[in-house]
Amino acid sequence: MANECNVKNESCIKPDDPRFKELKAYIDSVRDQQGISIMVLQEAQRLFGYVPLEVQKWISLELWDYSVGELYGITTFYSQFNLTKQGKHKISVCLGTACYVKGAQAIVEALEQYLNIEVGGISEDEMFSLEATRCLGCCSLAPVMMIDDDVYAKLYDTKQIPEILSKYYLESELEDEMESEVGA
Amino acid sequence: MAVKKVNVTINGIEVQVPEDYTVLLAAREAGIDIPTLCYLKDINEVAACRLCVCEAEVNGRPMRNLPTACVLKVEDGMVVRTDTERVRKAVKMNLELLLANHNRECLSCDRNQTCELQKLCHEMGVESTRFEGEMRSLCYDDLSPSIVRDSSKCVLCGRCVSACDKLQNIAVLEFVNRGVNTKVAPGFGYSIRDTDCIYCGQCINMCPVAAIKEKTHIPQVWAAIQDPKKHVVVQTAPAVRAALGEEFGVKMGKAVTGKMVSALKRLGFDKVFDTNFSADLTIMEEGYDFINRVKNNGTLPMITSCSPGWIRYCEEFYPEFIPNLSTCKSPQQMFGAVAKSYYAKKAGIKPKDIVCVSIMPCTAKKAECARPEMQVDGHRDVDYVLTTRELARMIREARIIFDKLPESDPDPILGEGSGAGVIFGATGGVMEAALRTVADVLTGKDLKDIDYKAIRGIENFKQASVKLPIGGKNVEVKVGVVSSIRAAEQVLNQIEEGKLDLHFLEVMACPGGCVHGGGQPHVSAKDRIDQEVRSERAKVLYSEDKRLPHRKSHENEEIKALYEEYFKEPNSPISHKYLHTKYAEHFIYMPDVTDRV
Repeated sequence: MANECNVKNESCIKPDDPRFKELKAYIDSVRDQQGISIMVLQEAQRLFGYVPLEVQKWISLELWDYSVGELYGITTFYSQFNLTKQGKHKISVCLGTACYVKGAQAIVEALEQYLNIEVGGISEDEMFSLEATRCLGCCSLAPVMMIDDDVYAKLYDTKQIPEILSKYYLESELEDEMESEVGA
Repeated sequence: MAVKKVNVTINGIEVQVPEDYTVLLAAREAGIDIPTLCYLKDINEVAACRLCVCEAEVNGRPMRNLPTACVLKVEDGMVVRTDTERVRKAVKMNLELLLANHNRECLSCDRNQTCELQKLCHEMGVESTRFEGEMRSLCYDDLSPSIVRDSSKCVLCGRCVSACDKLQNIAVLEFVNRGVNTKVAPGFGYSIRDTDCIYCGQCINMCPVAAIKEKTHIPQVWAAIQDPKKHVVVQTAPAVRAALGEEFGVKMGKAVTGKMVSALKRLGFDKVFDTNFSADLTIMEEGYDFINRVKNNGTLPMITSCSPGWIRYCEEFYPEFIPNLSTCKSPQQMFGAVAKSYYAKKAGIKPKDIVCVSIMPCTAKKAECARPEMQVDGHRDVDYVLTTRELARMIREARIIFDKLPESDPDPILGEGSGAGVIFGATGGVMEAALRTVADVLTGKDLKDIDYKAIRGIENFKQASVKLPIGGKNVEVKVGVVSSIRAAEQVLNQIEEGKLDLHFLEVMACPGGCVHGGGQPHVSAKDRIDQEVRSERAKVLYSEDKRLPHRKSHENEEIKALYEEYFKEPNSPISHKYLHTKYAEHFIYMPDVTDRV
């Protein structure tokens, strides 16, 4: 979904965002159940990609029994929740023991340099967000990184990185073209 | 049905206790104290601090590890030991681990000698710690006018979190992050100033250490007293006299009114007045506001506006009830407005040279006095607010021996209070005081039966109805009294849904009313097990009420003089200028706030 927000790490979700209607419908469907806060936050994250202040404030008024403080407590306890905007694609570099000794740190640095971001950040074009993760469970392929659900193995040579990323730019361009054709 | 009893042996002592008891409570029956830090009866029973560990055997089989007594339910034939070397070592170790991450500046700490952690360490012989832990990232939030948070002292017991959630259902403070980075804070790094906090201070009352405290005005008050150009007047809220003694070793439940007045005079205040006076004034204004609303089909139920915590909550979460709020300022603010107008004129002192200090059982009063609209002709109604605890600190600092103080009376003109004024400090008091006056005014009689017992007591919600002649008709006036925000929220919802029909509603933010306010002396979690703080302190006020010559606000001679000489009549234009205020919706967690902590 296109998002015209230019301020990094600051949300620009407006109260009249149509996604709130979807979230409201979801809340109404589970309202009678007990302990729905995590489910609602997960649904909000699915819709918005992250759960910033505006979204948590909205949820706290809608659920009433949950304050912003409580929701913030939940979203900072579970690592699945993002408080800041995520890129279209999520890059996770494994920093588990095996990957680390095989040079994963160099991958992180290369990505940081190439995308001009830090771990936990999002690239200016909002295409990628970068995260360091614990063991991804494929140590024999070390060092590895994942982009969304794709695994990239044995990345000894960080020079491959621009090439890998370019694939995603290309895909994105194709998608845009298709969309404009459909529109025409 | 009687609760079944079970037999438990604790340290060789057999006791019979109800089966729903925990080992902690059973041990108390056996005369054994089990150390606790996070435990707060009925509010926070979470086994977080691990100081109440014990050895237990059920059916001759030892339980695994060391269970925590605060949540361990008794079972018939259970054998518990809290006096073994294994238990003592574990408790000491856990204390040392708590100290490892604690800012140990005990000498200069606010809670020196009232700190529950310090007391435990002393009792358990833990003098220092072998561990120097990694410290949490620190946060010192003193941006709000009322409450200061100091995370360097926090022990993560969760008592403030539970108080805010369970007593008030506001839940400003919450555990944030996880593991070693866990801290107690509002959301998104906001200062408590910019959140839904209503400054009631229940978190302060419940904190075992000094991680949350009031924002002090003591230095400013000393400076004003020292300044020869300033005429410093002081008012004391009704609930202060019911608890101040506790700070000086007086047993809970004893009034120290006379000694308190003497202490204030010795501290150097130029005039010592009484908020009871302006409580009576509030009744006059609020009572007539109510009568007018009933007569002229105004917005009902009318809701009292004495509790600034409640006002802030209403402005944040129930702005639709703002038209229901009485426009009367609270007694504290009315007092200030009268001191800098009527009193200034009578005493021949310029309002700008008067410094108005109030002693309150309340932390929200500090924020109330800072509200921009609380001034008349550029003079702030009240300049500084001290809590009961801060007053005690000043008395100690001035080296006054409280016990040996003589009794004295407040100064005249703004010093007389009726019995109706003094009961303001307990939940139901404002309503009872209002009914005493409203009933007399409407019936034109001097009614003798003025103890409205149905609205006394510590239940969170109480109702009553009184038949009164209004506009030629006999109207059954239905009144409600609610204390604590959690209960108030339920009452407001019922009113909104049309399930509850009331004419007049008293709301106090703190459970039990002002006697249990956030500025009152600390009562340790242990002492809270054995005594009901709210009713013990309220008793003091009701016995003061009985003692006073006037028990109705409109009989207060100084109030009569004030109306004759100055305000003419309740709700007159001049009284509106000085004694009434307005409210507006208040927004929280605004994204444009940049100074986060």
